Amino acid sequence: MRIGIIGKAGLASLLALGIWASIWGSASAGTLDDIKARGVLHCGTGPGLAGFSLPSSSGEWIGFDVDFCRAIAAAIFGDPKAVKFTPLTAQERFTALQSGEVDVLSRNTTWTFSRDVNLGLEFAGVTYYDGQGFLVREDLGVKAAGDLDGARICIDSGTTTELNLADYFRTHGLEFDSVIVKGADDARSNYDAESCDSYTTDVSGLASIRASLPDPENHIILDEVISKEPLGLIVRHGDSEWGDVVRWVRNAVILAEELGINSGNVEKMSASSNPEVRRLLGTEGDFGSQLGLEKEWAARTIRLVGNYGEIFERNVGKDTELGLERGLNALWNNGGILFAPPMR
Amino acid sequence: MKMRLVLSFVRPGAKPDPTFADAHCAGPGSNLAISYGLQHLGPGPAQQRFTPQRIRGDDEKKSNFIHMPLSLSTLWTDKKKRSLLIQTAVIVALVLFAWTVISNTATNLEKRGIASGIGFLSQPAGFDIVQTLVPWEMSMSHGRVLLIGILNTLLVSVLGIIAATIIGVLMGIARLSDNWLLAKLAATYVEVLRNLPLLLQVYFWYGLTLMWPKVRDSFDIGGVIFVNNRGIELPVPQFQDGAGIVLGALLAAMIGAGLFWHLAGRSAEREERPLPRGLICAGLVIGVPLLAALAQGFPWTWDVPVRKGFNYRGGLSVLPSLVALWFALSTYTACYIAEAVRSGIQSVSRGQHEAALSLGLKPSWTMRLIILPQALRVIVPQLISQYLNLVKNSSLAVAIGYPEIMSVFAGTSLSQTGQAIEIILITMVFYLTVSLTISFFMNIYNRRVALRGEAGQ
Ligand SMILES: N[C@@H](CCC(=O)N[C@@H](CS)C(=O)NCC(=O)O)C(=O)O
Repeated sequence: MRIGIIGKAGLASLLALGIWASIWGSASAGTLDDIKARGVLHCGTGPGLAGFSLPSSSGEWIGFDVDFCRAIAAAIFGDPKAVKFTPLTAQERFTALQSGEVDVLSRNTTWTFSRDVNLGLEFAGVTYYDGQGFLVREDLGVKAAGDLDGARICIDSGTTTELNLADYFRTHGLEFDSVIVKGADDARSNYDAESCDSYTTDVSGLASIRASLPDPENHIILDEVISKEPLGLIVRHGDSEWGDVVRWVRNAVILAEELGINSGNVEKMSASSNPEVRRLLGTEGDFGSQLGLEKEWAARTIRLVGNYGEIFERNVGKDTELGLERGLNALWNNGGILFAPPMR
Repeated sequence: MKMRLVLSFVRPGAKPDPTFADAHCAGPGSNLAISYGLQHLGPGPAQQRFTPQRIRGDDEKKSNFIHMPLSLSTLWTDKKKRSLLIQTAVIVALVLFAWTVISNTATNLEKRGIASGIGFLSQPAGFDIVQTLVPWEMSMSHGRVLLIGILNTLLVSVLGIIAATIIGVLMGIARLSDNWLLAKLAATYVEVLRNLPLLLQVYFWYGLTLMWPKVRDSFDIGGVIFVNNRGIELPVPQFQDGAGIVLGALLAAMIGAGLFWHLAGRSAEREERPLPRGLICAGLVIGVPLLAALAQGFPWTWDVPVRKGFNYRGGLSVLPSLVALWFALSTYTACYIAEAVRSGIQSVSRGQHEAALSLGLKPSWTMRLIILPQALRVIVPQLISQYLNLVKNSSLAVAIGYPEIMSVFAGTSLSQTGQAIEIILITMVFYLTVSLTISFFMNIYNRRVALRGEAGQ
């Protein structure tokens, strides 16, 4: 998809203007109130990464990152379709959030110090624990990242990927040439034409690109992972109430899996005697109104979008083309590190 | 003697009434002056009120300024003083406005926890850049990224301007050719390329470079040049002791040739059988350094690219994105230059051509000595704006990852630091500076080739 690129030169300056205009507006109004008033959530996603965010042939956005936006919309409106998706390249995403063009960013974005502290943004929880890997043609005979000395490597600009790659090759005394690509589509055409020997990004992204190649069986993702990439949901700094909503929607879908609640049994479970289940589903306590939402916010999200496990398996899991294992993203009590604070 | 065309506009139907509105236009060209005497409502000397302004010559204008009496009562009623007052007020207001915008933006950015200021320019960038004309380490700063971006923009712009001018001039002349096929081909070229969006053309050329052979089956030219979809690998000379002498000889030969061309040119206009200037100059420029090189025993070796591991090493690798952008920019801009050249040549009256012919001038001389010098006056201003467009269009590089300023500074640095406002402003200042510089030099040139003096003088 090249839509994101076409107006690029103008877009950057427009967005810069947007930030400028937005910081001149009245000091941070309640984002949640704004969203309720306009009746639709503005969500920034990737322009086209199968499994994470990709418009279907009927124009409907589907994917793992997309579902988190739908989960938030379901919690606010009871309607997972009340979302306007804005596809953003790696370079555009933060400016779009800062300028108020989107309310939340759900776009395989890594939580780092400088993004959290220096960009006026706030991470509202990790949705996917990932790391950076390498995709290579099997017949190259490359077994580890160290074998890539002197190789030409495709990377997205404006990502943690390009910084990690530079760090890794420098610390290991290796050399590389880079080819700058814009988004998954461009990466695929460059890698497929062999204008680069390897494509590097988050392993989840590699799985998606690999699946979309004409001959996936001839390509491997190296076992070696060179970084930590906690991918998460991001909001603007300075509106903690809105940050709370996003953070607890993320926590709710994880807690739901932990408590055995899914889209199929949510009605039945609300009659459960387990107090934590009752608090989550709104049959006990007033957690919803504390968030500025309705009582059954979490119950709606789980019914309409599903719990974390369902979101994962449906979009990127073993039975999809991406075929990703839960790995680190299994629940903390099930061999992974996925964890949500208690609901009380 | 000065000749001027003076037009007076009056309302249709009304009898010429200088109190309503009248405008005087004087030609030709730069001497154009229009003045309005709008119906005057405020107090003021009646005579000035109703007398349409005369068109002044330069000297009169000056004296008018000097003799402007400085009295407060006429500050508003005197047209000159009033406009000065308004202009000063506007400038003060603009400065104040800019200052509020800047200080407010800075405080607001801080309130929102977004970093501001230009401190980031000295922070390490930490990413790789594919093509750098100055040395680059990943630990160098974003300021260095800016420099690299600027140099890469200038590189593709200069290459583009040279190629576009050559193609454009050839196409422009071809369009006027008596050869039907040639003229039609040139016309088609112009019409087709001019009507396709430039971004599409950039993608087209870039797509083509991806279709070049893969590294392992690189296209081999004489075992020294290799073409594949990662670049064009060229050999580069490695200079040794004595190369300075050859280089010096080349420089001296070039200067000598230039001088000779100039001097011989003067006498050529008078002589019946002038010296073959071109041949002699070419001989000088090639022969002298060649002799020097022979004497020094060819003091250089060639660094030829060789396939090593994944890629070719050694030599010079020209990026496919540079080639694609360069092609796209120069072929596209060449259309407009061709049109400029064509309109310029056509603006020279047919009589000039016929007169030159009847004097027995060779066609090539007619073109060079009669037509082109006059046509240049029309061509140059259009060239200026096409060169400016080319520089600005080079920012389409972001689409294909050629590391010029928009892509590497207003793209990568921007998203790594998040300082959109500062970075976009710096980038704008850069483009503005380039544009103004090009206009400045082209205007100087333009003034030199423009008709001097006024008609009839
Ligand atoms: N996690 C990294 C990289 C994220 C990134 O932009 N990855 C690319 C390559 S997988 C991408 O997601 N593109 C999305 C798309 O093209 O739709 C970061 O936050 O900087």
